[in-house]
Amino acid sequence: MPDARIIPLDPSAHRAESVDAHSEEGFLDFLRRRLTGDYTVDDFGFDADLTDHVLIPPLRPLYERWFRVEVRGVENVPSTGGALIVANHSGTIALDSVMTQVALHDHHPAHRHLRMLGADLVFQTPFLSALARKAGHTLACMPDAERLLTSGELVGVWPEGFKGIGKPFSERYKLQRFGRGGFVSAALRARVPIIPTAIVGAEETYPKLGNIAPLARLLGLPYFPVTPTFPWLGPLGMIPLPSRWIIAFGEPVHTEDLAEEADDPMAVLELTDAVRERIQQSLYRLLVQRESTF
Amino acid sequence: MGRVVLVTGAARHLGGLMVRSLVRDPSVDRVVGVDVVPPRRPLLGAEFVRADIRNPVIGRVLGSAGVDTVVHMGVIATPQQAGGRTAMKDINVIGTMQLLAACQKSESVRRLVVKSTSSVYGAGPRDPALFTEGMTPKHPPTSGWAKDSVEVEGYVRGFARRRPDVEVSILRLANVIGPRVETAMTAYFTLPIIPTVLGFDARLQFVHEDDAIAALHRAVTASATGVFNIAGDGVLALSQAVRRTGRPTLSVPGALLGVVGRALAPTRLVDFSNEQVRFLTYGRAIDTSRAQRELGFVTKRSTSAAFDEFLAGHDLSPGLVTGILDGAASLVSTRGAAHA
Repeated sequence: MPDARIIPLDPSAHRAESVDAHSEEGFLDFLRRRLTGDYTVDDFGFDADLTDHVLIPPLRPLYERWFRVEVRGVENVPSTGGALIVANHSGTIALDSVMTQVALHDHHPAHRHLRMLGADLVFQTPFLSALARKAGHTLACMPDAERLLTSGELVGVWPEGFKGIGKPFSERYKLQRFGRGGFVSAALRARVPIIPTAIVGAEETYPKLGNIAPLARLLGLPYFPVTPTFPWLGPLGMIPLPSRWIIAFGEPVHTEDLAEEADDPMAVLELTDAVRERIQQSLYRLLVQRESTF
Repeated sequence: MGRVVLVTGAARHLGGLMVRSLVRDPSVDRVVGVDVVPPRRPLLGAEFVRADIRNPVIGRVLGSAGVDTVVHMGVIATPQQAGGRTAMKDINVIGTMQLLAACQKSESVRRLVVKSTSSVYGAGPRDPALFTEGMTPKHPPTSGWAKDSVEVEGYVRGFARRRPDVEVSILRLANVIGPRVETAMTAYFTLPIIPTVLGFDARLQFVHEDDAIAALHRAVTASATGVFNIAGDGVLALSQAVRRTGRPTLSVPGALLGVVGRALAPTRLVDFSNEQVRFLTYGRAIDTSRAQRELGFVTKRSTSAAFDEFLAGHDLSPGLVTGILDGAASLVSTRGAAHA
């Protein structure tokens, strides 16, 4: 707690006290900015101040202690300029995307913010919509993807979408269809590298054993998951299993010379397949290397 | 020979500013203001014709004055300004049809500038972050001012096809704001308690009233034609804008915003139509690069600066919050000093 105070018992404690007062002042400054609306959001609604100070900190314990995420190949992600992270999607709820955001923010030398492209459903849902915009994410559509990439942002896509996170546990680590390759044309037009990324561990957080379809329809959700713990244990069942994660950023696919192929559906689909194949191979490799799931 | 400009909607605030701005322009010889009601302040240096643009009389005004440029600002945003939704729709749609019919017959008219609104893009969850002029709305407006504006733009496009010799510009303005202008949005932000939509934080864009006028004036004098988005740089989140007013908020589910809003503001200009509720839920932002590139127009004030000028004009500030924080800060520093 920022307002928790250390009561000095001896003179040596004074330093701690002054540091603490400093953080109180820092906290008051933050509070002042927030309560008086004195901060900036970008055109997409991204609120960097809030993301750094409020949204990311509570994810850190989950990232560091619960999933003990190991990051590999972070040097494949450029420190400046646009790039497109393409990763596999899994785990019933999209924790993998959030953890990738933490990985790039905390463990990339340039502390990059990942701007994700999300499904319609995200932006229709109260609270989730506001949260996603503030964290820098936007709707997965061509104009937004191109705008982010050409303005030099690091963009994340999970092209499997709900097919990926909602697949049954028995199909774990099998990549689903990669949409229509829209992300590839966006990267080609913006001439930014595509970074195939493999995430291992997220599949085991919520092993989806079944789907209560009528309930899903009633709630307007793509599926209503049944896991070994949910809905049997109620809210407790919503705690993810503490699997050990690896997020591996692969060698970038350079697109500088391919810009004219953005309008060639054949070339786009071929490149989409190539990216998918690289992620799948990387997943198989990581699964063999992984010593234990938990 | 200088130009003769006719401005519709001249009796209202923005129309009056436009007339004054044109009067100051040496390249403009005559300015004729037209409106249904007399102007609140005299339009010095300009002629004023009290005429209903819903009547064919507008054609005679165009002919007798030898008007070469028409600036159409006569589209009304709220039913209260017109005396009911039916009258508003009449003025907006029938008025525009009459005006365009007169322009089509006119031999003197060379240029038409239409003030439209970014609300023609609608608002919804499937919108791109920024709309460019060529994009089709994902959630087209279904009622009120926004729908009228869509229809007005449709008639203007029809006119442009029938009279290809007349240069036509349509300016889609973000919400106009400033110290003096009164709109549904300024009324909203001056409510004693501001109702917002629970779980959503709309992105808003504003254009300062002076910038709006400068843009329209530029469209009168520039050679470029077409559709142009006009807005101050950047966006404000609704929550952020409300905090700057220092007013308390009441967050309610979107479905209840209309009811709660009307209860909080029974007599005011505030708009809580379904269209406006969608806007206050999802917000909307527009890309202004075409106006910069082709019209050579850049707003002087950002969205945030325009909003701050509105706040200053209405004596709104988060004074209470700042006071409490100042108190807390001095408490921290005196306590720090006492320990040192």
